[in-house]
Amino acid sequence: MLTIFKIAWRNLWRNKRRTLITTASVFFAVLLALVMRSMQLGSYDNMVKNAVSFYTGYIQVHKAGYWEDKSINETFEYTKSVEDEIKSEAGISSVTPRLESFALASSGNYTKGSAVIGTDPKKEAEFTQLNKNVTQGEYLKSRDKGILVGSKLAEYLRIKVGDSIVLYSQGYHGITAAGEYPVRGILDFPNPEMNKQTIYMSLSEAQYLFGAPNMLTSLAIMIDDPAELNEKVSDLKNKLGDQYEVMDWKEMMPELMQEIQADNAGGIVMLAILYVIIFFGILGTIMMMSMERKKEFAVMIAVGMRKVKLIAMMFFETIIIGLLGVIIGAIAGFPINLYFHFNPIHLSGRAAEAMEQFNVEPIIPFSMDPAYFLNQGIVVVIMTLMAFIFPLVFLIRFNVIKGMRN
Amino acid sequence: MAIIEVKNLHKIYDETNVPVKAVNGIDLKVEKGEFTAIVGPSGSGKTTLLNMIGGLDKPTKGEVVINDTKIHDLKSKDMINFRLMNIGFVFQAYNLIPVLTAKENVAFIMELQKVSRKDRNQRAMELLRNTGIGDKANYRPGDLSGGQQQRVSVARALASKPQFILADEPTANLDSKSTADLLDMMLEMNRESEITFIFSTHDQRVIDRAWRVVTIEDGKISSDKTREN
Ligand SMILES: Nc1ncnc2c1ncn2[C@@H]1O[C@H](COP(=O)(O)OP(=O)(O)OP(=O)(O)O)[C@@H](O)[C@H]1O
Ligand SMILES: [Mg+2]
Repeated sequence: MLTIFKIAWRNLWRNKRRTLITTASVFFAVLLALVMRSMQLGSYDNMVKNAVSFYTGYIQVHKAGYWEDKSINETFEYTKSVEDEIKSEAGISSVTPRLESFALASSGNYTKGSAVIGTDPKKEAEFTQLNKNVTQGEYLKSRDKGILVGSKLAEYLRIKVGDSIVLYSQGYHGITAAGEYPVRGILDFPNPEMNKQTIYMSLSEAQYLFGAPNMLTSLAIMIDDPAELNEKVSDLKNKLGDQYEVMDWKEMMPELMQEIQADNAGGIVMLAILYVIIFFGILGTIMMMSMERKKEFAVMIAVGMRKVKLIAMMFFETIIIGLLGVIIGAIAGFPINLYFHFNPIHLSGRAAEAMEQFNVEPIIPFSMDPAYFLNQGIVVVIMTLMAFIFPLVFLIRFNVIKGMRN
Repeated sequence: MAIIEVKNLHKIYDETNVPVKAVNGIDLKVEKGEFTAIVGPSGSGKTTLLNMIGGLDKPTKGEVVINDTKIHDLKSKDMINFRLMNIGFVFQAYNLIPVLTAKENVAFIMELQKVSRKDRNQRAMELLRNTGIGDKANYRPGDLSGGQQQRVSVARALASKPQFILADEPTANLDSKSTADLLDMMLEMNRESEITFIFSTHDQRVIDRAWRVVTIEDGKISSDKTREN
């Protein structure tokens, strides 16, 4: 077997240039595929992670039917048992209670619609790091009587830290909701929409404003491993029963999901093209390597070499051609991906703006999922094996007499 | 006793529109130690005959018996093994594995026969020396002349300790000097070691030096002369 391998190896270098060109084409295709996919998958993970940790969380629990029209009437009671039920599920890293609704915000002659979010300031800071968005003034303390206002909204209302604004709204079951609130701080988000309309206050204050003591519109949940999302959602559905609706980020942010799917489809088409190039590169070379050696094969069989040995020889030749490029490609791709995993590319211009719309930080950290490297290897091995079908059939049907006469 | 016995051998190629009777009723016996040339015009059936004697091609009718084995009754797997153990082949060209050195080529046959590494390396060197090219043992075929390549081919054919050596136009690609040298070497092997050679040729100088000359025309033996000494 060793000699067969030796012959196969040397055969590859009989036509150095051809072998190098084939290997190089596999190499570049694999490198491109690896880097491209790593970047793509990394950017999706990043988009999702950023998007969910900016506001929604990976999962939210609402009263059944809330999401449909997001009414303040569709609230549920924040009992210890609900929270315990959720926290008893393994792999849940945080749970943040919120009461959200809309209100008119006014100061002097200026009035504007706004989204009021009542939350637990401490949990919110851990979850969305809202405290880091405070550019002027201070972050909320728990049970704070003041509010935080989005920067554009504050500009519109002509207010600054220390001023107060009045909020009007309709509260729980139609009661009038109104109150005057001192501005503790100004919030600045990458997303301009949020700057124009967001008001944060403490959960207790929001419950008071909307006349909904101890009620919530949502519990926003973060999980440790995004790969377990579906499992967690179905577990929570089972535990909480159908009084509640359990939604994942894909349902809550369908645009983000669609964006990712559309982009991913493009990536897969690119990959398919690369793979086809690899396949035909290997196939073409291996075809030539079989056809041009008819006389040699004929003599080898004539003098007493069994066909299986020739098949083994061609198998080694095919596999080496395929794997050489893959291995070198992976070796070259690995440090590139590793580098960009830890030093993400910072985007600017339109791409960055588009990402900011989704509350996504405009950076691309590359994915270092080992499964991904493995998959690439498996795909190329499969293609190499497919290319091997040619020499296999060629040798099985090979006729010594015809081979010699040609 | 004859080591090769060809009985009423026929080969008809009928893949083409007009069937070709390439070999048309040949009877032939070859004794151990003979040095036999098969001659005849182009297309007379020499290659077809040798291929059937070597078990590479199946006869349409008749049989080839080698040391009591009716070789065409063998299953194809056994046939390959039979060739490996009993017949040495030398062809006109492309005899050697181009990526192996002369020595590796000779040793490879013995590796197929499962001879130990030590023995096959030793014997390969010995054979290369005997065929007069011991100094080129580590050359690849591409770096050898046509004559040198054919010497390696003969060494390779001898390596398996075959019953006989079958050579289809072994000198066709050689100049007259190389032809004469190769023939000298083969004759010496034949004389010293009783190696049986059966080969086809067009070359009158080769024919002149053969012990036995079998002439074929239109797939039939037209004359069979053994030189008296
Ligand atoms: N595989 C084949 N299919 C069809 N016809 C064949 C085949 N092999 C040989 N023939 C025909 O059989 C006849 C004998 O051919 P063969 O090769 O045995 O002749 P030859 O004596 O060796 O000729 P040359 O001196 O040119 O080598 C020729 O007419 C040839 O065309
Ligand atoms: Mg011929």
